[in-house]
Amino acid sequence: MKPPADKGSLALGACVYAVLAFIIVPLVIVIPMSFGQNDYLAFPPSGFTLKWYAEYFDSRQWRAATWLSLQVAFLTAICASVIGTAATYAMVRGRSRLVTLFQVLLIGPIIVPHIAIAVGLYLFFQTIGLSGTIPGFVLAHTVLTLPFVVFTMAAALGKVDANLEAAAMSCGATRFAAFRYVTLPLILPSLASGALFAFIISFDEPVVSFFLSGVRQKTLPRRMFEDIEQNLTPIIPAIATLLIVLSIAILLGAHALRSRSKTP
Amino acid sequence: MKPVRSDFWHSDGHRLSGLSTLFLLAPFFAVIAFVFIYPIVQLLVISVTEPHPTLDNYARVVGNPVYARVLARTLWTATLVTALSVILGFPVAYYMSRARGAVAALVAVCVILPLWSSVLVRTAAWSILFQRNGLINSALMGLGLTSQPFKLLYTQSAVVIAMTHVLLPFMILPIYGALRSIPNDYTRAAAVLGATRWRTFIEVILPLSLPGVVSGSLLVFLTALGFFITPALLGSPQEMMVSTLVSQQIREVLDWPFAAALVGVLTLFVTLLAVIFSKTLRFDRLMGAAS
Repeated sequence: MKPPADKGSLALGACVYAVLAFIIVPLVIVIPMSFGQNDYLAFPPSGFTLKWYAEYFDSRQWRAATWLSLQVAFLTAICASVIGTAATYAMVRGRSRLVTLFQVLLIGPIIVPHIAIAVGLYLFFQTIGLSGTIPGFVLAHTVLTLPFVVFTMAAALGKVDANLEAAAMSCGATRFAAFRYVTLPLILPSLASGALFAFIISFDEPVVSFFLSGVRQKTLPRRMFEDIEQNLTPIIPAIATLLIVLSIAILLGAHALRSRSKTP
Repeated sequence: MKPVRSDFWHSDGHRLSGLSTLFLLAPFFAVIAFVFIYPIVQLLVISVTEPHPTLDNYARVVGNPVYARVLARTLWTATLVTALSVILGFPVAYYMSRARGAVAALVAVCVILPLWSSVLVRTAAWSILFQRNGLINSALMGLGLTSQPFKLLYTQSAVVIAMTHVLLPFMILPIYGALRSIPNDYTRAAAVLGATRWRTFIEVILPLSLPGVVSGSLLVFLTALGFFITPALLGSPQEMMVSTLVSQQIREVLDWPFAAALVGVLTLFVTLLAVIFSKTLRFDRLMGAAS
């Protein structure tokens, strides 16, 4: 159905593209700025240089922050996938009277403001020595990413015919074997895309990281926050550009996985 | 509380035993209890027991005019951001629900890509745009609209604009979901019965899209109330929001009981709203559309 091009449609189209420009332009604008030669951020940027990228990759502090965030995001993706898939499988195949409790706890970390979780964890983790440690970050990010993994896995497991597992089990497979050899291969693309989303959410997570970061252990978002707050050097557009490229890569990856999961 | 469809947890086939179910759910409940419930409850306990069993901390939040203004500013900012998101988001959702092919893909990318890019990247972009010699001031001066650059950074307007930018996808996706679920037959039937396109929109499409509008508004409003990064980086220290006040109390003043009471007010208010409107908050729909 093609909308007829009358005045109303044209006006609507104009409004929509104006709003889309409002959404996209601020993201796109940082890309040319990351190649500007000036030592301060001015628009339009003059000249062309890669020195801000070089500075980012040469800086030990930025490298340490990036490495910490990568480790945390990788471990979070694994923890959230395993815990989330186990829980979702139990909800879908189990006879649990815990459905209501499960749902409330599941959306809890989405509804409760992250600042509240961050402050609570800041106090709690300091008393048990997890503040600023990799296990501390991973635990916190696992809670924040679990809802996303569970919703992805619930949609995927719902599409798997339960009779396939039943058939495997009637042929003598154990419940675990039926899951491992029948269900898991079918849900693997969704599991991978859920893990990718958990990775990027953790890697970009600013609020909890802000409070849990110590003097030495700072995640990339925490370092970026400090740089933006204090002096906003042109290294920020360079990092922003790299992060946008990473987001695009992850979305493309998740999209490819999803289209694979649709073809049986 | 039913945040998802009743048949969301498909349940057919061979049932797991109760023991296996419990075993598989245990890690989930353990992590949520240890890393989510306990820290929040601990804060709430501190807010009413320190320095001694008291409600004084809460009385200060509401009673002190400085802090009452912070609460009012937070509510007002969240309301403004929600209203702007509806106004900007509805046309996009409507267009998206009618578009096909390459146009639909382009719109979807524009809506979903920001959702998966860092909040810090988006806030940094606004911070760059709002600078004295930034793009917006250069454009205004170039057009001859002003001779002096405006002070844009560190104002509440900057916070509202940037927060609307960050939260807009959370408004567009639920509205889009509601609009997509309206059968085409309805609009065709209205046309057959002689309704103009405008009348069809007002009497058929708009009422049926309302659940999406309510769901999106709640999501944006609740998230905006506790938003931290954008107000912290773009807002003025003289015009704090609850989240930035919490951060200041903990990191500079070290007044934990008061900060805990602020977090308590914020968390209880948000949770109350979520419970009241739990039927309209459709997370399954949002998550499905966002990925």
